[in-house]
Amino acid sequence: MELDPLFLSRLQFALTIGFHFLFPPLSIGLAWLIVIMEWRGWRRGDEDYVRAGKFFGKILGLTFAVGVATGIVMEFQFGTNWAEYSKFVGDIFGAPLAAEAIFAFFLESTFLGLYLFGRNRVSKCVHWFSSLMVAVGATLSAFWIIVANSWQQTPAGFEIRNGRAELTGFADAVFNASTWPRFLHTFDACLIAGAFLVAGVSAYLIVKDNGAEVGRKSLKLSMIFGLVVSLLAVFPTGDWHAKQVARTQPEKFAAMEGLTQGQTRAPLAVFGIPSEEPPRLNFKIGIPGVLSLMAFGDMDAHVPGIEDLRGEGHPTPPFVLTFVSFHTMVGLGTLFIVLTVFGAFLLYRRKLFETRWYLKLLPWAIPFPLIACELGWLVAEVGRQPWVVYRVLKTQDAYSANITRGQVLFSIIMFGLIYLVLGVLYVYTLARIVKRGPEPLPAKEVH
Amino acid sequence: MDLNTVWFLLIWVLLIGYAILDGFDLGVGVLHLFARSERERRIHVSAIGPFWDGNEVWLLTGGGALFAAFPIVYATVFSSFYLAVMLLLFALIFRAVSLEFRGQVDSPGWRRVWDWAFGLGSLIPALLFGVAIGNILRGIPIEADHTANVPFLSLLNPYALLIGVLSLVMFTMHGAVFLTVKTEDHLQQRMARWASGAWTVFIFLYLVAFVATFFVAPFLFEGALGNPLFWILLVLLSAAAVSVPIAIRSGKFLGSFLASSIAIASTMGLASVCLFPRMVPSSIELANSLTVYNASSTPRTLTVMLVIALIGMPIVIAYTAYIYRAFAGKVAVTEESY
Repeated sequence: MELDPLFLSRLQFALTIGFHFLFPPLSIGLAWLIVIMEWRGWRRGDEDYVRAGKFFGKILGLTFAVGVATGIVMEFQFGTNWAEYSKFVGDIFGAPLAAEAIFAFFLESTFLGLYLFGRNRVSKCVHWFSSLMVAVGATLSAFWIIVANSWQQTPAGFEIRNGRAELTGFADAVFNASTWPRFLHTFDACLIAGAFLVAGVSAYLIVKDNGAEVGRKSLKLSMIFGLVVSLLAVFPTGDWHAKQVARTQPEKFAAMEGLTQGQTRAPLAVFGIPSEEPPRLNFKIGIPGVLSLMAFGDMDAHVPGIEDLRGEGHPTPPFVLTFVSFHTMVGLGTLFIVLTVFGAFLLYRRKLFETRWYLKLLPWAIPFPLIACELGWLVAEVGRQPWVVYRVLKTQDAYSANITRGQVLFSIIMFGLIYLVLGVLYVYTLARIVKRGPEPLPAKEVH
Repeated sequence: MDLNTVWFLLIWVLLIGYAILDGFDLGVGVLHLFARSERERRIHVSAIGPFWDGNEVWLLTGGGALFAAFPIVYATVFSSFYLAVMLLLFALIFRAVSLEFRGQVDSPGWRRVWDWAFGLGSLIPALLFGVAIGNILRGIPIEADHTANVPFLSLLNPYALLIGVLSLVMFTMHGAVFLTVKTEDHLQQRMARWASGAWTVFIFLYLVAFVATFFVAPFLFEGALGNPLFWILLVLLSAAAVSVPIAIRSGKFLGSFLASSIAIASTMGLASVCLFPRMVPSSIELANSLTVYNASSTPRTLTVMLVIALIGMPIVIAYTAYIYRAFAGKVAVTEESY
């Protein structure tokens, strides 16, 4: 591995988007839960929900700020480090980014200001509406980014002319084969991240008896919400997404599932230790036919393996990283269901707020949906290699030819240091907000 | 007017929108370095608290729109300005988080660190904005194949630095005028003095820059002098520039903010008129320049983007105006403030 501008640019992209992608899922999930809290606070006149909204609003403000700070980088990095890519795909790829800014980013940024600072300046209805617009904006933002990325996965609506990809149909490019399954699965993952954050923080408030009455309401809310979205991550969104990958990106699918030799009645690997070059899955334990069923809805369907695809002249992605990332993500998804089913059961039996070991466990679960998000993204992006636009443009042909190794080395070190500081300060600040807890109830005025 | 020209115009409208809106909060960020007490600093940041985030989106939108409409410009400029763009990004990162972090620890040393982060995080973008425009006006070494290799230090040439200082002063003036609208009493009077002082420097630097441009990039004026828009903008700039100090002196602060906004818009408008139809002139050979025609996306994409902009931007402007109205009036530092 040589420290050339290509490798360094890839590393920098992985670093900057990997770090950035910790924050939008939290913002999106949190924003929707706050919409519910504020709605209840407003319609039911429940002061605890208003306090919950204010309290989690602070966390949203902090998370959003770091998300914005690290997101700006993404808007410019295609130009700085991936100039050849930008020239080649600009006719198509720039539009979703611009649409994101116009339809989504303005909305969330502008209304976040009103939500955070305008509680006493506008009516309760308008204030609630501002929280809704933050959530809608954040979600639309995710939509347009997924549109752009999905076009890299399953490009459509273009022709190669004049040495670049030129748009032939905007709707085809936007609603390409993978847009909807990927958006819904990712959006759902964001909701899980938000639910686990609220649940973990609420459980902490109850255990420490600091604003516990607020914590009980937000825990109940996030537990039910978390259960629903954890189930939706598997079915239908995860299932649909997997079927789409099997159909549209067989190389990625074979690597995800560790299938080296194509076969009918393909087995679903529940265990295996992968190794690279030649790609092998050792000590494999599989359930016959299930992979064929999952991928194509037919036990007898033929699922192509890595070697078949190579035989057809298609390069395949890194095997171990794709396989391990995918299976760890699936394992975590299962864990989220187990955790929330158990929590919902305790809630049903009216024991949730007394089961202290479970409440003490929940804060530790906060990072795991984020890890699952990162792994899902790794599967998506590593599984697409060596292509930057699937079967159209290779990553090695996409970077900026006019930047030097020294420049990228400098920027990558700076990003590394700055993001380290940001990460530490974010966790520190988050912990301080949580430890301070919700504001106490305003003292009733005596007339 | 053809689609390419429309998009040239729209990109500059977005840049001007950014300069007017984020311009004042960058300026407030710079002025906040000179605040005399903790209370004053809180007034500074509270004045821009609800707005700065939305304002910065104008830059992102400009970047996205440039990518979509003129991908060759986007790719060539940002990769050529690599280190400068990185510096800008680092500054914007620190700026975005410093307000969140500064209130977290109740220690003067901690707050001072984040005050500096916010101040420098505002000053550097304000300076680099002009440096970038200066370098583009002057031209960068674009080869015939539309690639360019630009050493970082060559970006810091005297002309670009002059334009950089000009934009820094312009945003500082704009921020000071904004604060006269949002503050009262002593602070308001001091901001009025800051605004007047910055105005004087701005006028002086603008004249110097205007003359310097004749020597550094004479080709900019070749087509422009015959263009009525050039003269209209020049008159508009003169009128706005004269109005700023008059409005301040007579206490019409909102009027001076409007004048200062028009001054920024016409300053940048003049630059764009001089550039057109080039987007980035080549300093090697003018024929290599990136123009609205040889660096653009296809007509289909430009049309799609135009539809997106025509649907989206009026809505954006409507709710932005609503939010500014909701926060109209003098700054009140409350528990919700930074």
